[in-house]
Amino acid sequence: MPSNVSAPASRERRHRRSLAGHIERVLPRLVVAPSLAVALFFVYGYMLWTFLLSMTNSRMLPQYDFVGFEQYARLFANERWHVAATNLVVFGGLFIVSCLVIGLLLAILLDQRIRQEGALRTVYLYPMALSLIVTGVVWRWLLNPGLGIQAMVRGWGFEDFTFNWLVDSDMAIYTLVIAAVWQASGFVMALFLAGLRSIDDSLFQAAALDGASLPRIYTRIVLPSLRPVVFSSVMILAHIAIKSFDLVMALTGGGPGYATDLPATFMYAHTFTRGQIGLGSASAIMMLCGVLAILVPYLYSELRGQRHG
Amino acid sequence: MKTIHALAAGALLAAAVGQANAAEIEVLHWWTSGGEAKAANLLKEKLEAKGHTWKDFAVAGGAGDSAMTVLKSRAISGNPPAVAQIKGPLIKEWGDMGFLGNIDKAAEADGWDDFLPAEIVDADKVDGHYAAVPVNIHRINWIWANPEVLEDSGVDHVPQTWDEFFDAADKIREAGYIPLAHGGQPWQDATVFEVVMMGIGGGDFYRKAFVDLDPEALTSDTMIKSLKTFKKLRGTMDENIAGRDWNIATSMVINGKAAMQIMGDWAKGEFTAAGMTPGEDYECVAPPMTESMFSYNTDSLAMFDVDDEGKQQAQLDLASIVLSKDFQVQFNQAKGSIPVRLDVSLDDFDACAKASREAFDVAMDEGGLVPSLAHGMAVSDSQQGAVFDVITNFFNDPDMKAETASERLVSAVRAAE
Repeated sequence: MPSNVSAPASRERRHRRSLAGHIERVLPRLVVAPSLAVALFFVYGYMLWTFLLSMTNSRMLPQYDFVGFEQYARLFANERWHVAATNLVVFGGLFIVSCLVIGLLLAILLDQRIRQEGALRTVYLYPMALSLIVTGVVWRWLLNPGLGIQAMVRGWGFEDFTFNWLVDSDMAIYTLVIAAVWQASGFVMALFLAGLRSIDDSLFQAAALDGASLPRIYTRIVLPSLRPVVFSSVMILAHIAIKSFDLVMALTGGGPGYATDLPATFMYAHTFTRGQIGLGSASAIMMLCGVLAILVPYLYSELRGQRHG
Repeated sequence: MKTIHALAAGALLAAAVGQANAAEIEVLHWWTSGGEAKAANLLKEKLEAKGHTWKDFAVAGGAGDSAMTVLKSRAISGNPPAVAQIKGPLIKEWGDMGFLGNIDKAAEADGWDDFLPAEIVDADKVDGHYAAVPVNIHRINWIWANPEVLEDSGVDHVPQTWDEFFDAADKIREAGYIPLAHGGQPWQDATVFEVVMMGIGGGDFYRKAFVDLDPEALTSDTMIKSLKTFKKLRGTMDENIAGRDWNIATSMVINGKAAMQIMGDWAKGEFTAAGMTPGEDYECVAPPMTESMFSYNTDSLAMFDVDDEGKQQAQLDLASIVLSKDFQVQFNQAKGSIPVRLDVSLDDFDACAKASREAFDVAMDEGGLVPSLAHGMAVSDSQQGAVFDVITNFFNDPDMKAETASERLVSAVRAAE
């Protein structure tokens, strides 16, 4: 009797085990599939659609009269696009460099085992918790010559003090840098601080024993070992810079004139409010190319690193 | 899939309800600020009194920019509202794409052609048929002045020529006030510029330059003179104009910080809200050399093409309510504009509205009635944007020459075609 029962039971068990194995193999793919499909459709699908639109003569609504690269030719003949692209280089460059320098300095200073480090860290990190809109509005008031810093210093008796970058079309782009650096440098500091903490103390001690001075320890040992942190900071800051939109809208509204226009605000204005979807799509594709130009070398170096390591 | 079923069921239900020739219509508009919201609500009440249901679809912000963005996305997804507030040449663009319906029935029944000004109504027609109903007429060329500030500065009247204006500005500045209140946003810059230009160039020149966008007019001496005068106005403003909203600038006139502001007649709402009376506490005067001119900005409600008979009836009812005499009076008093119906008496309106109507009649007779470019009445969105870019950049760049700006106007407009 027992043997009669056990034969089909064990077969069943084996079958169940193979079913479980099957599910185990398939389930992860099954679970990931919807999000993959969604990502494929909504990210890559729309990228493709934007590219198609950039080849058409679409105005207020999408339409499909293909005109080749005409919209790109128009884009590069557009004075405002040149201002926006130049602004991105100026803003992005200054923003990334300033954030790195200030973030690193703050991190090194905080790393000196000072009292109340936790509280100070929170103070510097806090701006990151604010929305860029809030940052933009606050700085708009601070930088407004009639309300903010200039008015305050003049109120102290320095009648000739002038700080009117916000209303000066040549200088307004730097006000964006100030606000953005204020917002993001604390975050970079946190990244660097984590990096610094991960450096083994014995390295410091060994270097000190060898008679290296403190600056020398930092430039020769600490900075090189922070390279991965620098790299990921640059990646994060670069994409913040490229997609900057809300800060510009809140701080300067793209003005004076269109002196502080960035590619993102250019794209929005032309695609959505001016009925030039073709031209707007072309500018969006150019932004994508900008992101890829940064992302591809990064991915390449990452993948190559993995292969070796 | 489920939502599609739900939508289909909803549509069937709506169609079933629509049998009774009363229907729910969705109305997209941007009448969201105080007086405007009151005006919109009035329309809703009157429509619902006829048994229809008004589904409110208010999109605030950006002088309708945001509303237009929403409308486009709804239209692309094949689900436009039944009625939408659309202005100027955009109505024809929507019509040419086949989105708009036909409300000739209401126009014939009420005899619209007898009492609507032909120049203005042309924008509401697609291929000769009414596709939209005009609601009101705003006048753009106004100076709003604080008489106390003028008096205190030794200026006895609002200037009537630009030379007089700049002399007066010097006096006002010396007395410690800001001569001209302004907000540094592209549309406000363009508003001031078009007022300056229409005064210097006159109606025919304005139409050539800002309606036809004729390159010859855009580079003419008149244009360059207008640009130079416009730039000179920068010196009569304070230095904190960047990004300032128009109503903040108006409040500077109300509070006696600034003497004057150039702005359309919706500014009146701010004075009214501050408890001021026109002619006594504040003055409304035509800007220099635009006495017999009228730059208009008209709101229209465009009717989208709907299959449902009930909805069509609701559209027709809405259109005839909009143009009924008592609605015209109530709505326009709340909004600060004047009725678009020429046969409505303005006895109950304030002095500024009466002056606006007089100016309108004169301008219509003398060819000074022009569509406002700054408010989307004259050219397409993209061309308007191109003109804004050049004007605002010229105004804010101390080094740009008027000649350069006029050449850029031509190339920018051509690129936006």
